[in-house]
This record gives sequence, structure tokens and C-alpha cells, in this order.
Amino acid sequence: MSMTVDDVVSRSGDHGHHDHHDHDQEGMKILGFWIFLVSDCLLFATLFATFLVLRTHTAGGPTGKELFEIPGFTAETFALLTSSFTSGLAVMEMRRGNVKRLIGWLIVTALLGLVFVGLEIDEFVKMVSEGATMQRSAFLSAFFTLVGTHGCHVTLGLFWMTAIMFQLARYGINAVTQRKVFIACLYWHFLDVVWVFLFTVVYLMGVM
Amino acid sequence: MAGGHKHAAQANHHESPKMYIIGYILSLVLTVAAFWLVLAHVMSTTLLIITILVLATLQIFVQLFFFMHVTEGEGPNYHGMALILGAIFIITIVFGSLWIMSFNAQVQ
Repeated sequence: MSMTVDDVVSRSGDHGHHDHHDHDQEGMKILGFWIFLVSDCLLFATLFATFLVLRTHTAGGPTGKELFEIPGFTAETFALLTSSFTSGLAVMEMRRGNVKRLIGWLIVTALLGLVFVGLEIDEFVKMVSEGATMQRSAFLSAFFTLVGTHGCHVTLGLFWMTAIMFQLARYGINAVTQRKVFIACLYWHFLDVVWVFLFTVVYLMGVM
Repeated sequence: MAGGHKHAAQANHHESPKMYIIGYILSLVLTVAAFWLVLAHVMSTTLLIITILVLATLQIFVQLFFFMHVTEGEGPNYHGMALILGAIFIITIVFGSLWIMSFNAQVQ
């Protein structure tokens, strides 16, 4: 099961035996990335479990209901959902072989990611200024660890995507850059899935 | 390259933005539904929590099938196996922790 590398490498032109070997290699790399994503899911599962166990332990400090601002996390959610869609469009343009549009959609995706990170930093700063720091209660420790870990993942994804854009601009679309774009977009969709659960478990259940 | 035609056909199929647009609309509908249910608070809290968790789980499938192309390719579905194993571990970690920590409340 070598997924889209099947499509991906079939577009690279050459159909020799050498190519077939590379093709299998690229497929294995994508499978390896799926396995990484599953292991990353386990990291988030432990953080979610910790949060769920500690969410009522506010130690007399502020609760989620007092802290979470609905417009803020709603905007974050729509920014990330939309960026998952635009990164999908980037992969589609890559398969059409249109490098300019591919880079264009990656830029849109990265900008939406930047909006997301900006809103999250703004939220954290506001919370800390209200005295809701990580040290205040077990609930807040778990909250900042869980949401902050996701935020770090998104930030890393932004740097990664930017690096790939430079590679695309320099080398164009080939078997290697196609695999890189595909993997970066898988990572981005994964971050969206994790956010959907953060939105549901942390924020929606928090303001309930 | 064996099955080159099949690959080409798959590639053509996926060049349409239709799947991405449907996936995007579905993810928006699921998110807005969860959001509205919580704000309107139309059902009991327990039922509400279960419903929004189901909506979030459906989002995983939207991402996997419409955006992440999990069903593509040929041969054994190793991604699928890894994901199912991961899901078993995740459910064990999350619900196992909640279950075991709930005893704490009974002891106190």
C-alpha cells in the first residue's frame, strides 16, 4: 500500500526499473510517516486523559467557563478547518503538476496556520494576565500542556511548510518534493483532527 | 510499471476538487452542529457530551477519507492496521484513565 506515491511517482515521467525501486521507497516513507502520526496520537491521548482527569481540579482558581472566550476559539477552529481544506487543494494542484498554484495554496494554508497561532498566543497572554497561569491549578497545568503541545505542533508545521515552499520554488515538482508535500499535508490534516477534539473536549465541554 | 493505467485513472479521479469541497462542507457542518448544540443546550449534559464526541469522531473519518486519502493505493492496508491499533490504545488510555480515576471519588 503505497498510497498516493502511486499517483505521485507515475507522474514523474520515467517508467524504468530504477524508478520502480524509488517508487517503493517513497511508499515506505509515507507508511513510516503514518506510523509516526499514530505514535503522536498516543502522545495526545495521554495529554487528553490527563486533562479529562484534572479538568474539575481548579483549586479555587478560574474555571474553563470563566476563561474561555467563544469568539476566540471559534475563530481558531474555522482558521484550522479551512487550512486543512486548502492544504488538500495544494495536493490536488501538485497532482495536476501546477507548481505555482501548489505554492499558492501552501501559502494560504500557512497564513491560516499563522492566524491560528496568533489567536492562540493572544488567548494565552490574556489568560496569564488574568492570573490564570500554568501554576495556578491542576486544571490549568493540564490545559496549557495539552493546548500548548498542539500549538507547538502547528508552529513546527509552519516552519516545515515554509521550507518545502523554498524547495518547490527551486526544484519544482519531482518524486522527492511530491512526497515531502504529501507528508507535510498529512501532518496538517492530523493537526486539524487533534484540534477538533481540543475544540470539543476542552472548549465546548469547558463552556457547557 | 504494472498497473500503470490504474494509477493514472486514480490520479485523474483525484484531480477533481469535488471531494475536497464535499469534505470541507462536511467538516464545517459537523463543527457548526456541535457548536450550536452546546450553545442552545437542547439536551441533558451527558447526552450532549456523547453527541459532540460522536460529531468529533465523524470529523476524523471526513479528514481520513476526503483529505488524507487513506483508502488509496494497493496491497495490504498497513495504514489502516496502524490506525486501528492506535485507536485501541487511545481508547484504553483515555477511558481507562477516566474509569480508574473515578474510583478516587468513591473512596473519598
